[in-house]
Amino acid sequence: MDNTVIRIQDAVVSYREDVALQGVSLQIRKGEFVGIIGPNGAGKTTLLTVINGLGKLVHGQVWVLGSRLNGTNGNSLRKRIGYVAQVENIDPRLPISVREMVMVGCYGRLGLFHRPTRADWEIVDKVLEMVGMAHLSQRPIGHLSGGEYQRAAIARALVQQPEIFLLDEPTASIDQKAQHEILSLIQLIHREYHMTTLFVTHDLRTLPPICQRLILMKEGKVWRQGSPESMLREEVLSQLYEAPISVPNGIAPLQT
Amino acid sequence: MRTDAGMALSILQYQFMQNAILAGLLGGITCSVVGVFVVTMHLSFIGVCIAHAAFAGALLGLWLGFNPLIGALLFSLASAAVIGPVADRGELNPDTSIGIVFSLMLGLAFLFMGLMPGARTEALNLLWGSILTVTRHNIIFLATMAGVIVALVVAFYKEIQAVICHRQVALAVGIPATLIFYGLLFSTGVTVTASLQSIGGLLIYSLILNPAAAAYQLTYSLKKMLLMAAAFGVASCWAGLAASYLLDIPSGAAIVITSAIIFGLATAFSPKRKVKGWRQVPLAG
Repeated sequence: MDNTVIRIQDAVVSYREDVALQGVSLQIRKGEFVGIIGPNGAGKTTLLTVINGLGKLVHGQVWVLGSRLNGTNGNSLRKRIGYVAQVENIDPRLPISVREMVMVGCYGRLGLFHRPTRADWEIVDKVLEMVGMAHLSQRPIGHLSGGEYQRAAIARALVQQPEIFLLDEPTASIDQKAQHEILSLIQLIHREYHMTTLFVTHDLRTLPPICQRLILMKEGKVWRQGSPESMLREEVLSQLYEAPISVPNGIAPLQT
Repeated sequence: MRTDAGMALSILQYQFMQNAILAGLLGGITCSVVGVFVVTMHLSFIGVCIAHAAFAGALLGLWLGFNPLIGALLFSLASAAVIGPVADRGELNPDTSIGIVFSLMLGLAFLFMGLMPGARTEALNLLWGSILTVTRHNIIFLATMAGVIVALVVAFYKEIQAVICHRQVALAVGIPATLIFYGLLFSTGVTVTASLQSIGGLLIYSLILNPAAAAYQLTYSLKKMLLMAAAFGVASCWAGLAASYLLDIPSGAAIVITSAIIFGLATAFSPKRKVKGWRQVPLAG
């Protein structure tokens, strides 16, 4: 039985004179945890935006969860895809609490003109408890630390009850302790829900050991892919990053 | 200065004052509610630009002899339709593109005013506004717009909240965030148009910005911010009207200055500016 949930065929994406993706073809199986690594500007983030329909293809085709992305079905597919980006600066005065931010994850699924019910709020509270943010649920989101904000962002993606989980440098710009906590949480979630997960990072130290496959990207192309054991070799990584790279000892030690 | 309270109250019997009070209520609510989105989404410059586009459109109407409100509506919506995509696509720095549209609108406004034959009293009224001369027709137009804006905010509250929270995230969870964002820009255009005759093209923007900015200083709840901004907007209009009557000063200017004073007070007493109590905690170990 074909259990492919993402199929990308010869995808080309261009931002004015820059070609961000140059003929990328990929298949991701249901429940897989895939790490995507490569230097800055390799096209890793663009690859994720192609999957959730926010990146505009110049050429090629993308099938997600059984549907071909055609420019009109992106919104309905995105309701089934959780997305967590890297930490951004938030206005500390913004009148939105953590609980309200997490509830945003439900809004796409609820649809227009439908208010969140008590059951929806209960799901939000349960997920906040799970990510260890229940005690901060009423705090304005602009008052959170980087690690806390990422926990809230992961909670928001989880209340979506997604079938695919896209993580775009979720541990960038946060301290090491928070990085470990976020990585532990991501792996815990994968073990619990078996969601198809794509984890993008340029920092090898933040690559979760749970990765089943690694995709190495360079200059808008899939340069190599394979098992972490076959990809995490000094000669491969040094060629990828065009600098001497040593394989980090025991990638991302975990607290699970 | 007229200080007799009885005389001041007796003025309420006049139709023009009743119209002005109604215009203050409706304009104050609509401008402030739209202002909450402008302030929370950091769109202040876009709002100024749309306000000036409405003014230019109204002057075109006056010059060519059609209803100035139709000109104002068309110009403000067109400017929102141009600015939004240009800023989104990132082909130009948003500040640059908005600045160009803003200066073009100002240029057109003065061009139309220069080409207008005869006295320009009506044109100057659109510039400074004259809440004391609003007609029943203006009130009906304002009430319709206020009703539409408030109904849209209630209907799409959760989507608007998501877009304020983070527009890209709202898109990523499957909310039509781009549509909501442009809807907010168009609402700003419609609000400016509806309030043009009472508040004036130059002053309207203060009534959009100041009450919402004042409410922004005082609460971390979006719902409370909307209610507070509306209350500040109406209070600015009514207090400005009273000041205009009692001190014999232009009403539009009095309304805007009142709203700026409310903003100043809100900033001075803002709980968001307070530093939380600090105590030294000894390091462990």
